[in-house]
Amino acid sequence: MLNLTVREVSLALREGRISPTELCRKCLNRIKKTRHLNAYITVTEESALKQAQEAETRLLRGVCGPLSVSSRTTSAQKILRQHVPPGYYFPPYNATVVQKLFDQGAVLMGKTNMDEFAMGAGSTDGAFGPVRNPWSYATPYREQRGAALDSDWVIAGGSSGGSASAVASLTSYLALGSDTGGSTRNPGALCGVVALKPSYGLLSRHGLIPLVNSMDVPGIMTRSISDAAMVLGILQGVDARDSTTVRAPSSLMELPEDFDVKTICLGIPEEYHAPGLSAETVAQWHRVADMFEMAGARVERVSLPHTQYSIVCYHVLCCAEVASNMARFDGLEYGHCSAVDSSTEAMYASTRHEGFNDVVRGRILSGNYFLLKQNYLRYFLKAQKVRRLIAQDFKRVFSSGVDVLLTPTTLADATSYSDFTQEDNRTRSTQEDVFTQPANMAGLPAVSVPTTLSGRGLPIGLQLIGPTFQDKKLLSVAQWIEQRVGFPPISDHVDDTYMTKSEQTSAL
Amino acid sequence: MNILNVILKNYRSRLQRNQTTWPPPVLQRVSCYVICVNKYQYFVQKFPRGAPVNSNREENGKRNIYAPQQLVGVVGLEIHAQINSNTKLFSGSSVRFSAPPNSLVSFFDASLPGTLPVLNKRCVEAVVMTGLALNCTINKKSLFDRKHYFYADLPAGYQITQQRQPTAVNGRLTYSFLEGKKRSQVTKTVSIKQIQLEQDSGKSLHDDVRGQTLIDLNRAEGQLRVDANVSVHKPGEPLGIRTEVKNINSIRYLAKAIDYEIQRQIDILQSGGRVQNETRLICTADKAPLFSTPAFRFMPEPNLPPLIVYEDNASLPAGISVCQAVVLQAIRQELPELPSIKRDRLVQTYGILPEHSFTLVNEDGLVEYFESVLKVTKMEPRKVIGWVTNDLLGHLKQQDMSSIQTAQLALVYILLRTRVFLLAAASQVFQEMWTSSGKTAQQIFQEKDLALVTDTAQLHSICQRVVDSHPEEVDAIRNGKKKVLNKLMGLVQKETKGRADPVLVRNILQEKTS
Repeated sequence: MLNLTVREVSLALREGRISPTELCRKCLNRIKKTRHLNAYITVTEESALKQAQEAETRLLRGVCGPLSVSSRTTSAQKILRQHVPPGYYFPPYNATVVQKLFDQGAVLMGKTNMDEFAMGAGSTDGAFGPVRNPWSYATPYREQRGAALDSDWVIAGGSSGGSASAVASLTSYLALGSDTGGSTRNPGALCGVVALKPSYGLLSRHGLIPLVNSMDVPGIMTRSISDAAMVLGILQGVDARDSTTVRAPSSLMELPEDFDVKTICLGIPEEYHAPGLSAETVAQWHRVADMFEMAGARVERVSLPHTQYSIVCYHVLCCAEVASNMARFDGLEYGHCSAVDSSTEAMYASTRHEGFNDVVRGRILSGNYFLLKQNYLRYFLKAQKVRRLIAQDFKRVFSSGVDVLLTPTTLADATSYSDFTQEDNRTRSTQEDVFTQPANMAGLPAVSVPTTLSGRGLPIGLQLIGPTFQDKKLLSVAQWIEQRVGFPPISDHVDDTYMTKSEQTSAL
Repeated sequence: MNILNVILKNYRSRLQRNQTTWPPPVLQRVSCYVICVNKYQYFVQKFPRGAPVNSNREENGKRNIYAPQQLVGVVGLEIHAQINSNTKLFSGSSVRFSAPPNSLVSFFDASLPGTLPVLNKRCVEAVVMTGLALNCTINKKSLFDRKHYFYADLPAGYQITQQRQPTAVNGRLTYSFLEGKKRSQVTKTVSIKQIQLEQDSGKSLHDDVRGQTLIDLNRAEGQLRVDANVSVHKPGEPLGIRTEVKNINSIRYLAKAIDYEIQRQIDILQSGGRVQNETRLICTADKAPLFSTPAFRFMPEPNLPPLIVYEDNASLPAGISVCQAVVLQAIRQELPELPSIKRDRLVQTYGILPEHSFTLVNEDGLVEYFESVLKVTKMEPRKVIGWVTNDLLGHLKQQDMSSIQTAQLALVYILLRTRVFLLAAASQVFQEMWTSSGKTAQQIFQEKDLALVTDTAQLHSICQRVVDSHPEEVDAIRNGKKKVLNKLMGLVQKETKGRADPVLVRNILQEKTS
């Protein structure tokens, strides 16, 4: 039951094969069993059961819509709380996207783990410890590695690693993340789940703790493209509380079943053959491109010459906005407040020193430097110009007749935690976001689709990027891939002996 | 600093339009706009003029009346004024004067993480209207910026403002004031650099005894606030290094602070020193505390799309309805008659003195009152104006005008005009009307027995008594000092408590003293 998609479990609930409360309890048990993954920072057990109870009443009255029953969802996670470092901030309101899911009867299982303030690419730099990739404990990886469970687990990717891990480990059917430079797609690819970054402006950011406001988008993680489309259909649209939202171009509840791939022109950006790209990922890339060609789609090599500057450009823009956005965490209104009270300035300084980790502090410092009057033109404005060039590259390619671009999502499959932490956060972010970031620069929709397991037994994902507000077409193409690649569900590979062993080790 | 009055005027007259009671309640404070007045040449009268003019400075035959070697002050004003709106600039929370502290604070106002600004259309319309009133160019596209600094009453750590591309730019204000003993009208023009929308910070209350600072995020009780940028230079030479004097909240202190600052800078330069670029705070004591100008690290506000102002309804793009859009043409039509135009019209239409036009326009609602009195009574404007600007204003200063209806007051004029009773009596009726509500002028007139004494026989006997008891005055009149007759008239009025018909009295007295 837990390995179903949202659509399938909705049907099961409607047909009475399982009750909402029963399902909720199953999820909660599963969460307890997989606690070692550290996917959740808070499990909202009590409210989840209450919400499930309410869903039950709705079912009996027969007034539930197709979705209200659907989702034992995790959700709000990062969106609401956990960004705020030690000092624990409890938000007094729901994010628009979370509220919309609640309105459909979703049950919130808990809030998931992530890198502090979404600054990271591994979910290893959070205040609550690193997130583990559930595939570390699945048969294909374990059989090769032997039983040394606690030394060689692989990362979940980041920054929304907790959300990806939650969906992959079958503790929830749907998770929300955020995507500023790839934070949804990167862990989605590494954990083998569908990860959608919608067009900028389609989903409300009200309630999303900002990283880079002009690139932030709530991300959707599910086990199928069709689920992602359904959730997008629920979440999209104008929100009076976010002035950057736009009217949704199309309703998205259903993707076309008879999608004709022959009408599609698939672009392969040559600049995405980046250094460090693994041979296995390249092979998957070619395999899927060939699939399109064989099916009669047009496949073209295209060039996005400015993509190579994306990382450095992102660095400047991200730091600048981080410096600005983090200014409100001064300890006065909420969050951690230092005990130092010799003066307001001293209190600010020590609050911010104690509250933020090195990564956040480093970005704030750089950002303030970039925004100084004497540096503004040299860094910030220049980065904005480069950003426009990157966006224009995409525009040109799409207006030349290309419908979607096919790229890798990450350089390779998931790295082990011990290897990943050999390099610092900045280096890792630079390496890991290389394929995902340009879509955020240009506000384009992009989705990562799991395609296969690597030789190490870990998921590999490919990314599709579409023209802005063409999310539906993007998902239609993604679904076509999904139906053909035959990515193995994790439930086929979950061996409870590993899980149990892990539980014991974690307990020690 | 007459200019401030004039600018304020625009807000007040705008406010007046929707007001049924008068005087209006104190201006509501919301988010403010900033009006930057660029390089307002403020020459301090204190220093000696007329020193020999260096001939090579006389270019184009223009005489430079200021000696080149003399330092003059250059002043730019940043005026913060609040928009009269029901809700705040960027949040839906309401605005109410003297609401309990922190009772009108939304999640956005407290800068909770994840909240976003939503621009208040009413505020945009207000800034566009002000821009039009001050002859500005309205930018069809304007942008918002963040201005960063850490302060306890700034919960986000930045203020949303319009630094790069404000809504209104390059305006000018021509203003007049009366100067000297002769009250002659002087007209000047000041240029306006920009008018921008800016989010207000909160309010800090420093409790020195407990060493605490209390913060109120209502943002609803600010006063008009002016920051003055002051520098000194020799005319024709580049501008000097400027200082900023902040938080000036009265016109009187503004003039004082500027005078003080100009003199301070001149003293520094004349003793061979250098003016520091710094921010100074006005203080009651002569020493001004100062701090160095912080780096504001401006950056574009990413959560607000560019603000677009449309020329007319026809230029609205598809999908944008009239109620969502800010349309220039509609705002232009709503623009009230501006003070200078109103003054000119009053002088030309009614033949009143320019100084009277100032008095009328400077009091909210007075022009409307004046004009309605004229309409009702059909009286000669020049006769009404004196009464309005003296008697009425005198009472206004003490009383609440809303209790008196224009028609009631007009009736006093009708009575006056038909000489049913006299000015003194009219005054008495008028006074009565303030205190006893609901009574008409006619009623009061009858109740108080204020009828004019027109009984010739009665007047004759009174006049005779006065003439008999003042032989010296009668002699003087007979010797040609006609003015002394007025004294006798005054005595007669005293006897009749001002109710004697003056024309009759004059005739009788003339007859008796001839």
